Amino acid sequence: MVAVKKTVQQVENLEKYQHGFVTSIEQDFAPKGLSADTIAFISEKKGEPKWMLDWRMAAYERWLALNEPDWAKVSFPKIDFQDSYYYAAPKERTGPASLDEVDPEILETYAKLGIPLREQEVLAGVIGSPRYAVDAVFDSVSVVTTFKKELAAVGVIFCPMSEAIREHPELVQKYLGTVVPVSDNYYACLNSAVFSDGSFVYIPPGVRCPMELSTYFRINAAESGQFERTLIIADAGSYVSYLEGCTAPMRDENQLHAAVVELVALDDAEIKYSTVQNWYPGDPETGRGGIYNFVTKRADCRGARSKVSWTQVETGSAITWKYPSCILRGEGSVGEFYSIAITNGRQQADTGTKMIHLGANTRSRIISKGISAGRSSNTYRGLVSIHPKAGGARNFTQCDSLLIGKTCAAHTVPYVEARNGSCVLEHEATTTRLSEDQLFYAMQRGFSQEEAVQLLVNGFVKEVLQELPMEFAVEAQKLVAISLEGSVG
Amino acid sequence: MLKIEGLRAEVGGTEILKGLTLEVPTGEVHAIMGPNGAGKSTLSYVLTGRPGYEVTAGSAELDGEDLLALLPNERAAKGMFLSFQYPLEIPGVPALTFIRTALNAQRKARGEADVTAPEFMKLVRLRAGELKMDFDMLKRALNVGFSGGEKKRMEILQMAMLSPRLSILDETDSGLDIDALRIVSEGVNALRGPDRSMLVITHYQRLLDYIRPDRVHVLAGGRIVASGGPELALELEREGYDKYAGAA
Repeated sequence: MVAVKKTVQQVENLEKYQHGFVTSIEQDFAPKGLSADTIAFISEKKGEPKWMLDWRMAAYERWLALNEPDWAKVSFPKIDFQDSYYYAAPKERTGPASLDEVDPEILETYAKLGIPLREQEVLAGVIGSPRYAVDAVFDSVSVVTTFKKELAAVGVIFCPMSEAIREHPELVQKYLGTVVPVSDNYYACLNSAVFSDGSFVYIPPGVRCPMELSTYFRINAAESGQFERTLIIADAGSYVSYLEGCTAPMRDENQLHAAVVELVALDDAEIKYSTVQNWYPGDPETGRGGIYNFVTKRADCRGARSKVSWTQVETGSAITWKYPSCILRGEGSVGEFYSIAITNGRQQADTGTKMIHLGANTRSRIISKGISAGRSSNTYRGLVSIHPKAGGARNFTQCDSLLIGKTCAAHTVPYVEARNGSCVLEHEATTTRLSEDQLFYAMQRGFSQEEAVQLLVNGFVKEVLQELPMEFAVEAQKLVAISLEGSVG
Repeated sequence: MLKIEGLRAEVGGTEILKGLTLEVPTGEVHAIMGPNGAGKSTLSYVLTGRPGYEVTAGSAELDGEDLLALLPNERAAKGMFLSFQYPLEIPGVPALTFIRTALNAQRKARGEADVTAPEFMKLVRLRAGELKMDFDMLKRALNVGFSGGEKKRMEILQMAMLSPRLSILDETDSGLDIDALRIVSEGVNALRGPDRSMLVITHYQRLLDYIRPDRVHVLAGGRIVASGGPELALELEREGYDKYAGAA
């Protein structure tokens, strides 16, 4: 397996968390803390219309009345929402910049992260190399979006959310908050009040988006949170594949990332949404620092025969709390969830999905692979809900957990509700420990211990990795290897 | 080739090997026979470096080099191979991928270039054919859902592909019907050569009808208590191990 070997070589050359550097640039901040003034400041900075500010303010009012959820199997000290910045942006940036206007320090940051922002570099790549458009979000703002012109030529809108609010208010007003309502949950509501940039995507009817779209999220500023908002609309008969990646510097304090992602798929449309999440996980020994990744992701398969596929590779964050879900409203619509969640050190993850079957003959498929190592805790939590009108609905769920070492934990919490007798639901779950015997067997054949672990882990997650777009699958495999480095002592 | 002297080893605090001495010269096939619990499998694990098998005294050398100081994968790269009594299942990893990656890992450790994909495929097809294995089986995850006999064939295929200098076969005959036993034995015999040695561990004389050993040793109570030519195996088959019970 060439990939395994390559992975091993790359791992040898890397630090444990390779994205932990800080970019030093001048930044604008909102006043510290959360208040109506903070929200007005953000809205003003982004040059938003009044309807947007009103929407935010209404969300803030609702948020004040909500309580933090406590049902997840994670523990952390209470967050002081007044002790954080809700807006941080590189200075002197007005409106969408061309690449030449972007601070060289920021360009350098993305170069270090290996994210192509110069279109010509992407185009000049090796023949057959992937072409994908990038929206680069740095703290609270999008610094650049590539290939906008090419995409516009086929009618695809790919731009920062703040720009969409100004340029395409009719689409934003029609869809924003229709999948994840403002007061859906504590963190989604907070996001609705203070959200900064994220990506906006609209694929017109019948268009197959000509390239992969991706957003790269980078938290850089200290004591700040990132609250991006992403909205993707696939109009009738269209197709789009979208990928997000995330990293942050190593810091001793915890930083909150509370994003909301809404997907809408109309008749016969398909959205493939992939996430490679590698936020700073905190110190593996002490558990200090790291990102709190409290994210609400939901898709509405609104149209008949529409399809949404979530694929996630979750390796970072001190705490992950997210359940990318599908509302299968359209008749014959399809929802898929493929997940690899890896926890090591002191990480905690409570993640899974919800498949809400509302329409007839809707189908869903859940493949979850959890790997726990170190002193971490990894929980799969999922809901499959079949509503009375969802005759002929089908679900297949498979949850596998792999334990590495003796001090980690894995939990599986599947909820199933069936209110229509004609549905077919299947559930399979396994929990296994990476066995010393398997490792010895592989080593006897010539694999080093690290190679043996990677071989076994890659075998375990293969079903999910192959759902990722090809070019990202390699990245993800590398990430899996790095995340588990040194996990077998 | 292999030289073991006064080897003592324990598992979980219980001493299993109690001063074992054995020499296998280059080019020879030696059989180790003995009653249950004599330490036969322990010997194979100690020689290949399985964790949990602690050597407390004695030495084991491969071509004059201290084996016991090496990691299991380093021993493999030196040319040691163990055909497991109970081969492990490796989910999600196709047998072909496993074998090729293992081969290249060993070659890399020896400073040799990777075997190319066409070379590898040609050779693995040939060897699988010799072992009468369905090639499609090699595309499946290694040993997952294989029968006992299929797993044993897969062990011998790996052995043939890795072409080790010292092979240890731990009860390779168990779980094989008579036809499979013949095919597997032919596979093993094909690997005999003037520069290769083998240690064949078995309960029964039956296997030795197919794989003719140069020497037979009786392992009882953690030590070699008798050695002889192939006729010793026949004697054991007739008279059992009672005679050596006192040796423990």
